[in-house]
Amino acid sequence: MLNRQGRPTQGTVSAHEPHATFTGNRALQQIEPLIFEIGHPETTGVDIDAPAPFKSRLGAHARKGEIGLPGLSEPEAMRHYVRLSQKNYGIDTGLFPLGSCTMKHNARLNEKTARMPGFSDVHPLQPVSTVPGALEVMLELSRYLMTLTGMPAVALSPKAGAHGEACGMMAIKAAIAAKGEGATRNVVLVPESAHGTNPATAALIGFSVRSVPARPDGTVAVEDVKALLGPDIAAIMLTNPNTCGIFEPQIVEIAAAMHEAGAYFYCDGANFNAIVGKARPGDLGVDAMHINLHKTFSTPHGGGGPGSGPVVLSERLAPFAPVPFIHVEGGSARLVENAADAPEGNQPFGRMTAFHGQMGMYVRALTYMLSHGSDGMKQASEDAVLNANYIRAGLSDLMSLPFPDHPSMHEALFDDEWLKGTGVTTLDFAKAMIDEGYHPMTVYFPLVVHGAMLIEPTESESKASLDLFIATLRDLAMAAKGNDKERFTGAPHHAPLRRLDETRAARQPVLKWVPPAPLAEAAE
Amino acid sequence: MRYLPLTDTDREDMLARIGVADVDALFSDVPADKLLKAPVDLPRARGELEVERIMAKMSARNVAASSVPFFVGAGAYKHHVPATVDHLIQRSEFLTSYTPYQPEIAQGTLQYLFEFQTQVAALTGMEVANASMYDGSTGTGEAVLMAHRVTKRKKAVLSGGLHPHYAQVVRTLSEMANDQVVTMPPDVAAGEDILSRIDDETSCVVVQNPDVFGNLRDLRPIAAKAHAHGALLIAVFTEVVSLGAIVPPGAQDADIVVGEGQSIGNALNFGGPYVGLFAAKSKYIRQMPGRLCGETVDAAGQRGFVLTLSTREQHIRRDKATSNICTNSGLCCLAFTIHMTLLGQAGLERLAEVNHANAVALADALAAVRGVTVLNESFFNEFTVKLPRPAAEVVEALAAKGILGGVPVSRLLPQAGLDDLLLVASTEVNTNEDRAAFVAALAEVL
Repeated sequence: MLNRQGRPTQGTVSAHEPHATFTGNRALQQIEPLIFEIGHPETTGVDIDAPAPFKSRLGAHARKGEIGLPGLSEPEAMRHYVRLSQKNYGIDTGLFPLGSCTMKHNARLNEKTARMPGFSDVHPLQPVSTVPGALEVMLELSRYLMTLTGMPAVALSPKAGAHGEACGMMAIKAAIAAKGEGATRNVVLVPESAHGTNPATAALIGFSVRSVPARPDGTVAVEDVKALLGPDIAAIMLTNPNTCGIFEPQIVEIAAAMHEAGAYFYCDGANFNAIVGKARPGDLGVDAMHINLHKTFSTPHGGGGPGSGPVVLSERLAPFAPVPFIHVEGGSARLVENAADAPEGNQPFGRMTAFHGQMGMYVRALTYMLSHGSDGMKQASEDAVLNANYIRAGLSDLMSLPFPDHPSMHEALFDDEWLKGTGVTTLDFAKAMIDEGYHPMTVYFPLVVHGAMLIEPTESESKASLDLFIATLRDLAMAAKGNDKERFTGAPHHAPLRRLDETRAARQPVLKWVPPAPLAEAAE
Repeated sequence: MRYLPLTDTDREDMLARIGVADVDALFSDVPADKLLKAPVDLPRARGELEVERIMAKMSARNVAASSVPFFVGAGAYKHHVPATVDHLIQRSEFLTSYTPYQPEIAQGTLQYLFEFQTQVAALTGMEVANASMYDGSTGTGEAVLMAHRVTKRKKAVLSGGLHPHYAQVVRTLSEMANDQVVTMPPDVAAGEDILSRIDDETSCVVVQNPDVFGNLRDLRPIAAKAHAHGALLIAVFTEVVSLGAIVPPGAQDADIVVGEGQSIGNALNFGGPYVGLFAAKSKYIRQMPGRLCGETVDAAGQRGFVLTLSTREQHIRRDKATSNICTNSGLCCLAFTIHMTLLGQAGLERLAEVNHANAVALADALAAVRGVTVLNESFFNEFTVKLPRPAAEVVEALAAKGILGGVPVSRLLPQAGLDDLLLVASTEVNTNEDRAAFVAALAEVL
């Protein structure tokens, strides 16, 4: 039997157990020790000449003891980290359908431009007169972000999405304080379906959090919001498109209700990639929204960072943007680093980070935007939405949809209703996908859906790739329904490791390598 | 549009399979009057060659650190990074992977995070470390909030030797949370009386070492006084290479150690991305912000690694979480780990020695220039000089001569009346010729 790529499929799982090896290695799958087990303190992989004799100025502060850091020679280090890399799945490995994480193609042109010496090899505090090109990147990026969002101002410095949330909410807090309502407006509304960063952010900066229920159709109703409004409400934090993959149909009404009540509308922009070039948050009534440059404009996720989370701001919040920022006046741009240098009318609420933010990510994102252009970014959003709905259409007869009444935006959400009685859980299903060569989708999120499976293919996938993915998931779904339970509960069978014991890791935390006790000591 | 694989035929087939007439039918929840009718007012798609030229043109307008004698520090440092580091972090499986939510196919990321945590704990002399923060400054803000949680107090005391931008980040975050921050005046000579500011309401004392003016500090008396009052000592560093040469904060009884790791493995990048290092005593692990990687076993008994103690985090605790952070500086901490592995203890000690030797040579050379005074008793690779003219003017005059000669203190502290002070840093990249050029140019412009 041939699969859809014309390759034989027989015998891959059950035909024979491989011979056990003497080393525990399996050809290219090798067990790789920790550097602490293979390195030595006296080994080094760098050549640095000893300095000419000199008189130390460290005084009594000179270190005396050992540090306890092993070194590896250059070839040993190369091999160690190459082998580690081979135990990782990335977007260049295959389809990475993590909902809400937006794993799209990472163009290597972006890496090339970010490494140009004028961007990577400039210091944040070298004279401003020596970095006009860096300021130009920041200005251009700002112009692109403001144009795409229809917002009049942007704060670039936040270092990640959650940091951007904090920045936006701080601007809101500062604006409320400036109106003399700081003591009374201290409650933030957060829908039940929100990402956990939203309530955490509101609490972090001193707001109390009140939950807004999710309607049975997965969206937030303006009546539910209105029922909670009062003089104590500072803002709502709403994700749009939301974490169920749905564009909030009443968003304009919700924004208007907030404004009428003297409150602000914070939009979590994590899913902005679904509507770039299609709709502008500024037109919807948004006061502040962070943009995950790494998701929407494709900078590599790098195993969980670095990110970059610029925040676009409405006219009402613009004066409160934190330092540093670039101020344009009479055609020339000036870097404002201290509140005292801010132009008249500005009251920066403070500073988010030591320097100017994630320049390396600005360059990558701007390169991406220049490459796509306005037409390409619009097409990318449409293709992302099209691909998500194509997957939904291809699976909805086998897997259950919690919210069938709205089109999916860039991600398709399934629940585990269809797995009832099979003995297979969402997690089991996800782990079985690993054996088929796929990274699992986002599971158990959003929390409002039982056993959630959130699939985001992004615009980077071809139709052939989607067809193969749909076919694989259909095969797995049929197997789950056909009592092939062992395939799932024992999965993954073919990954470098079998399923990991996360409970043990949390109950007995081992957070660093500890040298084994000497034999004599161990015997005691 | 080389990044988009779908053809128009594909799109038509897919729309038919979904059962809609056109793609806008999938945007039917967007209010019709808000749906854009035409592309936004930005340039259309461009090919790789053209984009590369546009970016290269902007890049060329900046003066790169490697192209001139370079002595700028104050929280970010120009070091040499072995070619192996950038090669390895660009491997697809590292570069294009996500947060390791599925540990069976993310052991590469998880194992290097575990190695990173162990390295940071060893360097700082602490019991545990997390898997990195955004940078040193945001890490310091988080450390203060952590001290508030541990002590259930709300007053932080910041040393006048703390980097002013770090102090601003702490103040912004703490004051938004309605907490109190006491900031000591700028402390050029490291003689501040911080002990007298510690009382029974103090949650933590935040002291940088080497401090922003380059002075080396003895943290032990501060730790003792803080502990006597039930407060924590947060030790901060902005130059991690210094830990190859000086007594680590863990040996001085710090409770939380936080710093900037940019110097090892990472480029200057005009301020970011960088990597925040964060370590603590192990009794505080459940109050730590950020991500932690832990060791465990798989179903076959093999050692493996997973993200752990997530019950501290926002995706479980929501508004009760230890922070709102949901990421780390993954790739930057990988660069740190690889570079640190290449160095090893022997390499780090040698690197630190060369940094210090070059700084001593520079300090001696600058002190010989008429009108220049070096203010530090002790220092590592950065120090403060007093000039007969405003430092900001001097730096501009030096830049015009092709020398990037340091950071005027007035750029960090415009209101402090310290306009004649200049922070000067020297690392292993500075040659004898660089130093001679700096000294000659300085003598000319003064």
